[in-house]
Amino acid sequence: MPVLVFAESTDGVCKKAAFEAVTYGAKLASKLGTNCLALTIASPENATELGKYGAHEVHDVSLGWKHLDTSIYSKIIAEATEKLGADTLVLSHSSTGRSLAGRLAIRLKAGLVSGANALPENGDDGLQVRKSVYSGKALGDYKIIAPIRIISVMGNAFSPVVTGDAVEVTSLEISTEDSKIQIQSVSKVEGSVPLPEADLVVSGGRGLKGPENWGLIEDLAKALGAATACSRPVADSGWRPHHEHVGQTGVAIRPNLYIAIGISGAIQHLGGVNNSKTIVVINKDPEAPFFKAADYGVVADLFEVVPKLTEAVRAFKAQ
Amino acid sequence: MKLLVCINKTPDTTARISFTSDGTKFDSSGVQFIMNPYDEWYALVRAVELKEQLGGTVTAVHVGSADSDTIIRKALAIGADDAIRINKAPTDAFDIAHQISVIARDQEYDMILLGKESIDYNSAEVGPMLAELLELPFVGFANKVESNGQQAIVSRDIEGGVETAIIPLPVVVSAAKGTAEQRIPNMRGIMMAKSKPLKVVEPLEVAQTVLPVQFELPSGRTTCRMIDPDNMEQLVELLHTEAKVI
Ligand SMILES: Cc1cc2nc3c(=O)[nH]c(=O)nc-3n(C[C@H](O)[C@H](O)[C@H](O)COP(=O)(O)OP(=O)(O)OC[C@H]3O[C@@H](n4cnc5c(N)ncnc54)[C@H](O)[C@@H]3O)c2cc1C
Ligand SMILES: Nc1ncnc2c1ncn2[C@@H]1O[C@H](COP(=O)(O)O)[C@@H](O)[C@H]1O
Repeated sequence: MPVLVFAESTDGVCKKAAFEAVTYGAKLASKLGTNCLALTIASPENATELGKYGAHEVHDVSLGWKHLDTSIYSKIIAEATEKLGADTLVLSHSSTGRSLAGRLAIRLKAGLVSGANALPENGDDGLQVRKSVYSGKALGDYKIIAPIRIISVMGNAFSPVVTGDAVEVTSLEISTEDSKIQIQSVSKVEGSVPLPEADLVVSGGRGLKGPENWGLIEDLAKALGAATACSRPVADSGWRPHHEHVGQTGVAIRPNLYIAIGISGAIQHLGGVNNSKTIVVINKDPEAPFFKAADYGVVADLFEVVPKLTEAVRAFKAQ
Repeated sequence: MKLLVCINKTPDTTARISFTSDGTKFDSSGVQFIMNPYDEWYALVRAVELKEQLGGTVTAVHVGSADSDTIIRKALAIGADDAIRINKAPTDAFDIAHQISVIARDQEYDMILLGKESIDYNSAEVGPMLAELLELPFVGFANKVESNGQQAIVSRDIEGGVETAIIPLPVVVSAAKGTAEQRIPNMRGIMMAKSKPLKVVEPLEVAQTVLPVQFELPSGRTTCRMIDPDNMEQLVELLHTEAKVI
């Protein structure tokens, strides 16, 4: 039975997370000797692209409205799963995917593992899926023993890989109802890279001394094309907005590159960032615990070294 | 307004995580347990604030064994009026959601608040499962929760912005940072908590769909390479050629 991937999109464009999920779904399908199907429920213009990442078919259920209504979305996805005869459903481990996964597990009487960061092992008695637990401090393997299985895939854990050609999008007929949820307002913050999706992140801690020094972080981020983040006390003191706070009680991220500047590396901070592929730590204290979790370290006064790093990045980009 | 808050017990945020030698279970020896921060700081405090504003009651519910009673008392000290403990060491989110759904179905709450996720298994599964079992709307990862007694007005971060939605009650909401400010229980709260009702109910049988097999600690990073602060060009070079991230 095929693997079905729910491909998320915003404003008519498939998200990077959708390409990651399809890449994962396609690899899983080939491991299981079956096909990978993709489902969109907002007919994004570039849905045909999902084929390039391994979807054999792309199905679209168009809704007249755009906002997330978890009741209706999960009803549609569950019906599509049944209609298309899939026994494995792959979602992104985003706030949307996570808001749907639990509902779908109940609807489909499925076994759910959320936040997978590896391809499952296929045993005789079920799929075994690995995920990170205890805020990245440990790994757990879970066996799904229900006949229908749902897996949400951790962001940035699987790079999208182009393996084939675009496919035609077919529309899938599923009746929907009107949403009871009414959207009062949507405020847009233009231009910034959303933190959970960012490949490169520059983050500042209390070592920055105050919000007036954030230009240092922003300049480096701009030179790299990175998103900005901060430690919890920085957000709590109002130096930076709350949504930039990363860590065990903030946003958990796993970018390709995390540069931590003037952050001590408390265990709760590490909990949200230690899955980053490469970690650079800049701290004037050689004993700062963060160095133990870093790939590259610079012991220096950040006020002197960060401008130099920014210059070096600009010079590199100009080459 | 009748509010239900789901609270979980998790290892302290600084706890050293380890597993039994066969790797099948969390080793809780020497670990201090706390109320899951999202449940305590955000879901519970916001529920108490809504009650203070609109009148009504706040019930705390927990699925766990008798050793959870200290965190339940803390919830009562922070401002819950009463508490229900479903007497079972839960197997997973599927189990917890089913247990709580029995209580909720019986009582018709206007709003059910949860934390955005537990800091142990980080699944964020209980809220959506519970909403589906009760056939109620679910809004996850809220940063602001208001109500006028008829509707919930909930804001959450969406890609590149903030969305504010109006949802008719009853509703299930999971609370993230921003929904409330942490409250430290005062002496009066702690004294009053002792006489507030804590009802213990027996669980329902729930079949498992997922089995934990094995846990392990990730292999740490290889040693950190120190870079001369006067040679940031070298760092950039290494990020490009060695780490291949830029
Ligand atoms: C339940 C709980 C949950 C928590 N959750 C989180 C969380 O999710 N995220 C989080 O970040 N924190 C969290 N914390 C807080 C955490 O314990 C730390 O207090 C916090 O991470 C410290 O932030 P910091 O590193 O910015 O500040 P500090 O610990 O004050 O560190 C500042 C660092 O900057 C360095 N520095 C100072 N000046 C300079 C300079 N001129 N040049 C270079 N380096 C300099 C110092 O050497 C020091 O290492 C939590 C705490 C608790 C109790
Ligand atoms: N044992 C439990 N008893 C009551 N509520 C729980 C329990 N476990 C989790 N929850 C609630 O469900 C939320 C999400 O948990 P989780 O799905 O484990 O990430 C938590 O923040 C709690 O509000």
